[in-house]
Amino acid sequence: MAHVALADKGQELAHPKTWIGMYVWSQDHKIIGIQYIITATAVGVVALILSGIMRLQLGFPGVFDFIQPDEYYQAVTMHGMIMIVFMLTAFFLGGFGNILVPLMCGARDMAFPYMNMLSYWVYLLSVIVVCASFFVPEGPTGAGWTLYPPQAITEGSAGADWGILCMTVSLALFVVAFTMGGLNYVTTAFQARTRGMTLMRMPLSVWGIIMATILGLLAFPALLVSVIMMTLDKALGTSFFMPAISSLGENLAHEGGSPILFQHLFWFFGHPEVYIVALPAFGIVSDLISTHARKNIFGYRMMVWAIVAIGGLSFIVWAHHMYVSGMNPYFGFFFATTTLIIAVPTAIKVYNWVLTLWQGNIHLTVPMLFSIGFIFTFIHGGITGLFLGNVVVDVPLSDTYFVVGHFHMVMGVSPFLVVFGGIYHWFPLLTGRMLNDTMGKIHFWMTFLGTYAIYLPMHYIGILGVPRRYYANGTTEFLPDSVQTANLSITLAALVVAAAQFLFLINIIWSMFKGRKSSRNPWRATTIEWQTPDYPPKHGNWGKELPVIHRWAYSYSVPGAKEDFIPQNEPPSEHTRGEGKV
Amino acid sequence: MAQGSGEVATNDAVTDLVSDWSAEKEVFKVHWGKAMMWIFLLSDTFIFTSFLTGYMKVRISSTVPWPNASEIFALSFGGDPIPLILIAIMTFVLITSSGTMALAVNYGYRNERVKTALLLFVTAGFGLLFVGMQAFEWTKLIAEEGVRPWGNPFGAAQFGASFFMITGFHGAHVSGGVIYLTYVAFGVLNGRYEKKGYDIVEIAGLYWHFVDLVWVFIFAFFYLW
Repeated sequence: MAHVALADKGQELAHPKTWIGMYVWSQDHKIIGIQYIITATAVGVVALILSGIMRLQLGFPGVFDFIQPDEYYQAVTMHGMIMIVFMLTAFFLGGFGNILVPLMCGARDMAFPYMNMLSYWVYLLSVIVVCASFFVPEGPTGAGWTLYPPQAITEGSAGADWGILCMTVSLALFVVAFTMGGLNYVTTAFQARTRGMTLMRMPLSVWGIIMATILGLLAFPALLVSVIMMTLDKALGTSFFMPAISSLGENLAHEGGSPILFQHLFWFFGHPEVYIVALPAFGIVSDLISTHARKNIFGYRMMVWAIVAIGGLSFIVWAHHMYVSGMNPYFGFFFATTTLIIAVPTAIKVYNWVLTLWQGNIHLTVPMLFSIGFIFTFIHGGITGLFLGNVVVDVPLSDTYFVVGHFHMVMGVSPFLVVFGGIYHWFPLLTGRMLNDTMGKIHFWMTFLGTYAIYLPMHYIGILGVPRRYYANGTTEFLPDSVQTANLSITLAALVVAAAQFLFLINIIWSMFKGRKSSRNPWRATTIEWQTPDYPPKHGNWGKELPVIHRWAYSYSVPGAKEDFIPQNEPPSEHTRGEGKV
Repeated sequence: MAQGSGEVATNDAVTDLVSDWSAEKEVFKVHWGKAMMWIFLLSDTFIFTSFLTGYMKVRISSTVPWPNASEIFALSFGGDPIPLILIAIMTFVLITSSGTMALAVNYGYRNERVKTALLLFVTAGFGLLFVGMQAFEWTKLIAEEGVRPWGNPFGAAQFGASFFMITGFHGAHVSGGVIYLTYVAFGVLNGRYEKKGYDIVEIAGLYWHFVDLVWVFIFAFFYLW
C-alpha cells in the first residue's frame, strides 16, 4: 500500500499576510515557541530578582529595611512558583517543545495550530494574573511555593486574601493553557511524523519533551483540583483543607477538613512536575552531547526506555515529600522504596551520557560546556536525592538548607544549564546568527562555578541544622558563627551569578542584530531541523516536499562516510552503507 | 505445554505492539482530532478521579455524621417523598442522550446530514434538560433545605462543599458539551464537514459519552453511597 505522507494529510496551512498575523496572532509553531520563550524569560527575570531579595536578607540580616518578614516570605513563594511552573515548565514544553517537536518529527506545524496559539495566550494571561498579585492589597501570597493550608489562607500570613486567590486562579489558567499545548505536542509526535520517522528514530529531545508532556497531562489535573478546592476554601468558606483551628485568638468557622489531603493532591502533581522539567532536559542534553562529541548516543534504546520508566515511576513516589507530615510510616517504607528504584533508570542515563563522551571527539563549544556542566550538577543533585529519599535520613534533614541545596541542584540549576545549552545550540536555527562565543564562555563559567559557590555551602549549613524558609536565624546555641559567614558568601556568589545572566541577555539581544552569520548547519548536526529548504525555516517548514527519513538521529563519525555526520534525511548511498543496522 | 505456548503468544503480542507503535506511521490509526480527544479525556479522567478521591477522603475523615443522601435528595409529588426520584430521571435523560448521540454518529458516517443534525440537536436538548434539572435540584437544596457550601443542617459541612463543587464541575462539562454539540450540529446542517468528513461528530460523541460515564460515577458515589 502506498504510504500517505502523514504530516501532509489534512493540513491546509493558511499563510498570514499581515505583520500582526505573522508575529502576534501567529499560528506558526516556531513563533509561538519564541513567544513562550520571551514570556518565560521575562517572568524568570522577575523570579531571579526575587531570589536576590531573599539572599540580601540572609546575607545581611536586618540591613535592608524594605525586606520585612512578610516581604521575605512573599519573595520565597513567588520565586519558587514562578521558576518551576511559569518559567521552566513553560520554557521547556511551550518553548523548546513548540519549536523542536514539529521540526524534528518532520511535520509542517503542530497538529492543531489554532489551539496551539490559544495555549500561548492563555499562558500569557496566567502570567499576567500571577504578576498582578504583586499589586493587589497586601501583596502576593507568602505561603511558600507549596501553598500548604491552613496557613496559606489563614489571616496573618502574607497575602492570605488577594495574593492566594491570584495564585490559585493563575495556576488554574496555566493548567488550561498547558493542556491545550500539551495535547498538541503529543498528538503531533504520535500522529504527524514524516515518512520514515519511526518512534525509535526520533531524537531523544522529542522523546523527553513528549514524555514530560504526558506527565503534565496526567499530573496537572491534581493541581487543578487542589487549587479549585483551595479557592473554594478561601472564597466560599468551605472546609476541604481546613481543620477546626483557632487563629489570632479566634476560632475560625472551618472544621473537619484535611490539610494532608492538600499535600497528597499537591505532590501528586508536584513530583511528576520535577520530571516535567527534568525529562526535556535529559532529552535535549543527550542530543547536545552526541552532536558536540561527534559520536552516537550510547544505548539509544535504553535511553528511550529509561525516559519512559522514569515517567511511569514518577507517579508513585510523591509522598516522599511528606515523610514529616505525620503520614503512616508504612507509607514511608513504600515511597522510599519506589524513590530509590527511580535511581536505576536515572543512573542508566547518566552512565550513557558519560559513555557517549568517552573517546568521543569532544568539541568544547558553549552548548557542550553547558551539557557537561549539567552532568556534574545533575549527579550532584541526584546523589543528595538518594539521601533524602530514605526516611531516616530525610527526617532530620527535611526543612533544612540541605533540601534547598538538593533541589536547586537537581531541578533548578540542572534544567537551567540545559536551557542555556539549548539556546546556544538552536539560536542560529531561529535567527540565522551565532551567539557570541566569548560572552557565552564567560556566562558558562560564571554560572557553573557560581552555582557550586551557592549550593555546596547550603548542604553544609543544612547538615548543621540551619532551617530553611527562616527570615532570620537569630542566635541559637547549635549554630556556630561561621553559618553567617557562609550565608554571606552564598549571597555574594548569588549576586555574581545573577549578574552573569544579564550578560547572557545582552548576548542574545546583541547577537540577534550584530551576531556572526551562521552557516546552514553550524554544529554539523544530523537532526532534520537543520535541513529545511529555507534557513531559518519558514512557515510550513518544509517547502513543497516533506523530508524522508532514512536513519536514526545519531549517525556521527560513521566509518567510510565522506563527512563525520550523515543527516537523517540523506538517502542511502555507497558512502553511508557501512553505517550500521539502525 | 499449554502454559508454554501461552507465553509465546504473549511475547508475540508484546513484540507486535512495540513494532506497531514504533513503525513509520501514525501510532493510533485514527483521525488526529480523535487521538487528541482520547488523550484529553484521559487527562480529564484524572481531574474527576482527583475530585472523587478528595471527596472520599473528606467523607471518611469527617468527624460529624454524613447527611443521609436518600432523605435529602427525595422529592414528593403530593404524597410521600420518593427517594432519589429526580436523580433517577436525570440519569435516565443523560443516558438517553448518549443513545441519540450514538445514532447521530451512525447517520454522520452515512452522510445523512439532516438526520445527523437533528439527532445532535436532540442530544443537546437532553443535555440542556439535564442541566435544567440540576439547576432545579441546586435551587431546592439551597433555598428549601438550607444546604450551603460552608455548612448544612444535616451533618458534615463537606457534604455541601463537595456536592456543589463536583456536580458543578460536571454540570459545566455538560453545558460545554451542549455548546459544542450545537456548534457541530449547525456545521453539519450547513455542510461544513462535507469535504473534511464527519469524524467531528464522533469526536464530539466521545466527549459526550465521557461526560455521561463520569455522571455514573458521581451518581454512585454521591447518591448511592
